[in-house]
Amino acid sequence: MINRKYFYQGLKSLVSLRSPAIALACSFIALGALFNNAGFNLQQSAASSFFTYALPGQLVMTESFLVGASLFNIFLSVWLVNFRLYPMTVALVPILKHKSQPRWKYYLSCHLIAVSSWLIMKESYKKIDQKYRLDFWFGIGCGTLSAAVLSTLLGYWISDYLTKEMMIGLAIVNPVYFLCMMISAMNNIKTVIAISSGALLGPIFYLATPEWSILIAGIAGGSIAFFIKDKKNGSI
Amino acid sequence: MDLSSNLILVIVVTSIATFMSRFLGILTAENISDKSKLFDWFNYVAYSILAALIARMVIFPAGSLLESTLFIRLFVISISILIFLYSKKNLVLPTILSFVLLTFLSSVN
Repeated sequence: MINRKYFYQGLKSLVSLRSPAIALACSFIALGALFNNAGFNLQQSAASSFFTYALPGQLVMTESFLVGASLFNIFLSVWLVNFRLYPMTVALVPILKHKSQPRWKYYLSCHLIAVSSWLIMKESYKKIDQKYRLDFWFGIGCGTLSAAVLSTLLGYWISDYLTKEMMIGLAIVNPVYFLCMMISAMNNIKTVIAISSGALLGPIFYLATPEWSILIAGIAGGSIAFFIKDKKNGSI
Repeated sequence: MDLSSNLILVIVVTSIATFMSRFLGILTAENISDKSKLFDWFNYVAYSILAALIARMVIFPAGSLLESTLFIRLFVISISILIFLYSKKNLVLPTILSFVLLTFLSSVN
């Protein structure tokens, strides 16, 4: 079913010096506290992190719920804010594929895709034998998903002890972690262009259309990087 | 409808809306090889989208971060990145430090 050796190897990436566990814990502790203040119960909070497992969507859900938005509007805004998972999945699954792996594993594994696990997989997949990459991915993904659910519970329990200043502090950790991971990923000119143009265009488009800015900036930035000629490799 | 069952529906709807993108990604990726041009394009778009998301989180934040100034956020991030670069790309140090530093700066402000 799942190769244990590679599963544990993936799981171990959570205790390395590049572990996403701290960043994940900080943001999901803050989310757990927010759920508590918004009137969710413990089971609902854990279920949300387990079944949705995508922070920006969960934040949008909570905000929309609090202002009394309709289910249909919640659906649309969550879909839009989490749509980044679509290109991320398409850019991940082909490197996990191997003919010896059964189909159900892919369908199950896509739930584990989140920014933190995605960035780790993208930086370590070349070191893993293609035949077992999916098992390695399950290790990373199960580790990050568990960290997210446990931190949501922790945040829910300790919400009374979290000061306003600590909530502000917790919120910066995720951007810092993602930014550092992005800097590490900039190892060829095209990725540098993709990342810097996205970072530049995102806030600019935000002024015109807040909801669509990230998608449009990403498609524009990614296409610029795709079509620019890489002199070293001689390809577009 | 009472509040609790309404909340469960909200969580279910959110999860379905999120899973749709992941599942659609799997279906699209089925016939894409990691050596194809289409894969490259999706790869750059994914990185670019993440960069746009992070930039938005820092420059136009939502939630708690709204209560800090842009200058302080950029200051904390710059210090964290410097530590990241000077600690041979250790990620534990800069993430913990960013929390401590911003919490401290928010309390004295």
